Amino acid sequence: MTKRLPHPYGRLIDRTKKIQFSFEGKIVDGLAGDTVATALLANNEWLLSRSFKYHRPRGVLTLAGQDANTMIQLPSNPNALADKELITEGLEAKGQNYSGTLEKDRGSILGLFSRFLPVGFYYKAFFRPRGIWEKWAAIIRKKAGLGVIDQNISPSYYDKQYKFFDVVVVGGGPAGMQAALDSAVDGCEVLLIDENPILGGSLNYSRFDVEGCQGQLIRQELISAIEAKNNISVMTDAVCNGWFADNWLPVVAGNRLFKVRAAQTILCTGSLEQPALFHNNDLPGVIMGSAAQRMIHLYGVYPGSAAVILTGNNDGYGVALDLHDADIAIKAIVDLRDKPIYDAIAKKAIDLGLTVKTGYAVYAAHHKRTRSVKSVDIRKIIRPGICEEIGDIIDCDVVCMSVGYAPAYQLACQAGAQLSYNDTSAMFTLKNCPSNLQLAGSVNSLWDLDEVRSEASRAARTATKSLGFISETEGEIISSAKPSPNHPWPIFPHPKGKEFVDFDEDLTISDIINATSDGYEHIQLVKRYSTCGMGPSQGRHSALAAARIVAWATNRSVAETGVTTARPPFSAEKLGLSAGRSFYPKRLTNMHTRHIDAGAEMLQAGAWFRPAFYHQGKLDNQSCINNEVDNIRNNVGLVDVSTLGGIDLRGPDVAEFLERFYTFRFKKQPVGRARYALLTNEAGIVIDDGVACRLSEFHYYITATTGGADRVYQSMLKWNSQWRLDLDISNVTSAYCGINIAGPNARHVLTKLQSDIDFSSDAFPYMGVRTGVISNIPARVIRVGFVGEIGYEIHVPQLVGEALWDLVIEAGHEFGIQPFGIEAQRILRLEKGHIIIGQDTDAMSNPNEIQMGWAVSRDKPFFVGGRTISELERKPPLRKLVGFLIDDLNSPMPQESHLVLDGTKMTGRVTSCNYSPTLKKIIGLAYVPLEKAESGSTIVIKSSKDCSVEATVTELPFYDPKSLRQEL
Amino acid sequence: MKLLNCPLNGIRNISEFSYGGEYHPMPDHIASSSRDWVEYVFFHDNNAGIVTEWWCHIASSFWFLAERDTVTDEIIRTFKTDELFHGRADVTDPKSESK
Repeated sequence: MTKRLPHPYGRLIDRTKKIQFSFEGKIVDGLAGDTVATALLANNEWLLSRSFKYHRPRGVLTLAGQDANTMIQLPSNPNALADKELITEGLEAKGQNYSGTLEKDRGSILGLFSRFLPVGFYYKAFFRPRGIWEKWAAIIRKKAGLGVIDQNISPSYYDKQYKFFDVVVVGGGPAGMQAALDSAVDGCEVLLIDENPILGGSLNYSRFDVEGCQGQLIRQELISAIEAKNNISVMTDAVCNGWFADNWLPVVAGNRLFKVRAAQTILCTGSLEQPALFHNNDLPGVIMGSAAQRMIHLYGVYPGSAAVILTGNNDGYGVALDLHDADIAIKAIVDLRDKPIYDAIAKKAIDLGLTVKTGYAVYAAHHKRTRSVKSVDIRKIIRPGICEEIGDIIDCDVVCMSVGYAPAYQLACQAGAQLSYNDTSAMFTLKNCPSNLQLAGSVNSLWDLDEVRSEASRAARTATKSLGFISETEGEIISSAKPSPNHPWPIFPHPKGKEFVDFDEDLTISDIINATSDGYEHIQLVKRYSTCGMGPSQGRHSALAAARIVAWATNRSVAETGVTTARPPFSAEKLGLSAGRSFYPKRLTNMHTRHIDAGAEMLQAGAWFRPAFYHQGKLDNQSCINNEVDNIRNNVGLVDVSTLGGIDLRGPDVAEFLERFYTFRFKKQPVGRARYALLTNEAGIVIDDGVACRLSEFHYYITATTGGADRVYQSMLKWNSQWRLDLDISNVTSAYCGINIAGPNARHVLTKLQSDIDFSSDAFPYMGVRTGVISNIPARVIRVGFVGEIGYEIHVPQLVGEALWDLVIEAGHEFGIQPFGIEAQRILRLEKGHIIIGQDTDAMSNPNEIQMGWAVSRDKPFFVGGRTISELERKPPLRKLVGFLIDDLNSPMPQESHLVLDGTKMTGRVTSCNYSPTLKKIIGLAYVPLEKAESGSTIVIKSSKDCSVEATVTELPFYDPKSLRQEL
Repeated sequence: MKLLNCPLNGIRNISEFSYGGEYHPMPDHIASSSRDWVEYVFFHDNNAGIVTEWWCHIASSFWFLAERDTVTDEIIRTFKTDELFHGRADVTDPKSESK
């Protein structure tokens, strides 16, 4: 049976609920509320994992989930933090990063070779001798990396939620609770976030007075007050993982990512206790003072039976009192300070007669067979970092380090605050926070409880005042009257090294110094070269020490050296949180189910779903497409064109507007006629096309490409916000459905429909537009020729699209009408030599290059792109878009973007290419240089790695050059 | 995520907007030199400091202008286009000028 400290120790555990789990295959008894680490500690098991590089044994360091020492393997969760992960019945946990067993790791032999694994090893190994990396890679890839991913993992449910608050307080310690309370009193809606299971922060474990009861009293007082406020929401077990512009905060709680918007944020993120650097400072049993206090107060676990406390401040004496109260022998308090100024707590420890060694350091720790600490070598300090030659050996099984803190500055710095360091007081300060961000508590370098609470109240007043909840003055910013808890130089190099700066990456003092000797003096370069701070704990316990060592090695102050940037996320974030539950809108036309019923293979174009082609029994895809083409050329088919953009423009200035916007002329366009409309941007580049239909004097209906409709509409509004012409522009794309009925029999089908429109060739010529009624459905009908046959586009209100589809299918039944998809349409238009904007054009295509000069009016005062086109026309174009033919059907078919070559020189590219079922040839469009643009020229297309094809440049269109068929 | 104050819709997430480029008054499309015209179309000032930019609220297709400090990414103010464009704009017609 394991031994625990009696109640009220162990605030987080429930002694009535026992839980069994296994670690490394051994059954372990724990209590509800225990983490994997604390349950193991209660069984006197320190060893949790092996380190990244030297496979050194590692155990708890902070017990706060802030270090990588405790990373363990759970069945489907690698790199879980043993001091965060709660135990559950039957949980199977294992250590990580070892070969053989965790106890006897064969990989630990690497530690003996550490001098052959110098800093920058990876860069050096990559580099020379040539080819050596290939050999190293196989070994390194196996040794490196931490946990193992379970590739058979079943997916879990992740989602996102949005929240909005006046004030968000990050951190639920004394400062955070006070700030949340005061903001709520002023009337704000407040969110208080804490990463721990209960509120209170350091009040739950730290010692603030001689008796050791003040923390709990204040916590109770604040919690009661917070619970009485219904405008404070509390989230525990939740981490604010970053700060993004305008207080956009990602808060991770379980499998849910909360996206929280705060009008004001108050950061009470606290501070992180920092390790001292001495030989073997990474041994299991060497822990932060605050970690020992967490063990005792939160989990009722004995940190050991004989403790040495290494301190550089008075907080170490508080740790000593806590251990003493828990009947743990204090072997020595080793105080780095030569002449300490004691507070009441320290005096009490001295009064108790505890052994205190001032001006001493722990110079080295030694371990026993079980690989945890068994004794320390303490020595008198001669000058900063240098000790006497001979020391005293003190036996102990736990070493508690209290040598100072670094503010949890990550979120504040992401918000733009600047971190500065005072070399005299060894303290950090954060300056220049944005006006919507306040700081309070130890992140703001305040540790005294009264000072912390007053500063939190001031921060809350600043926040609520800026939101207009109060009007009185905010009060002065408090600067602490108390001495700094940070020792400036808790760093003691040892001839045998192994004084770890970065526990994640196994970097020692000499590694950092060698990085500067190799020429990397900038702290950011030291980080990248040595990988210091790049491990899972992201430099939380190494950035300060590394900055101090770099400063010392380069004769600069720490203030000048600075610390590395801490980017989001603050803690490791599962990919599921980013990936989970997103919404992708889909657009379906009104005829969608008809396509599915007819066997359509659907294709996504932007958000739209369109039929690519319709399956015909067991026929292969290409034959289906070719049959659809044949049916248009010889009979009649229909295609859903609902995805085409539709824009209604109404007003006296409508023709004037179109003349300025598109390249053509429109003022003299008769009512009832349609015109091709080509759109260029100010750079003279073709960006869209469509048909402009004049429905009445002051009413145009314009079509745009499926992908370009929204852009064209936005562009129209942008220009008219400057021109201020008298018209209304509305995007009616989703208000209309469209069907194109094409083929020699198209007119026969239409005349079967009940309509007031005369479809005869004379009454309704090519490029005519009519409005009327088809079987009670109001319709806009345009005679177009995109596929090169008689064709009518019928546009009707969206809701009756399916009804129209059914009517046309029924009317066409006796002619054998068949639906066709985009694939057939693409072949048909290619045979006709019509380009598709975006496929046959790119970001450099001007109208002359694509042989569309005819669509550009040169005798109107102005249009967007007009001046640039005339500038471009001063020089011959560099390339032309031409048609090409390949007669030999056995030759490989070039694909889009295949290169046009002249020798080995790239001179152009293919934009469209297909087999033409009508011409029984391979046809395509390609950009070619001017000298090859003449009809009859031969071009060479590189169609695959070793294969080139010759093609003949041909006049467009390939099919029906005189365009007789579409005008029948 | 940044916030932007749309003069029509109020404060919204920046993801609801699309950027429309820096605002530059268009030079006279007839009288300006080739150099001036090409600079207007292709060259961007890319100033470090306060610039005026086009923004469009996508859901409502509302265009407006914003003054933004490109150094601090602070949006100084947003305003409707009628502050810069008053009344119907006419375009120079080369034929009528030559007459």
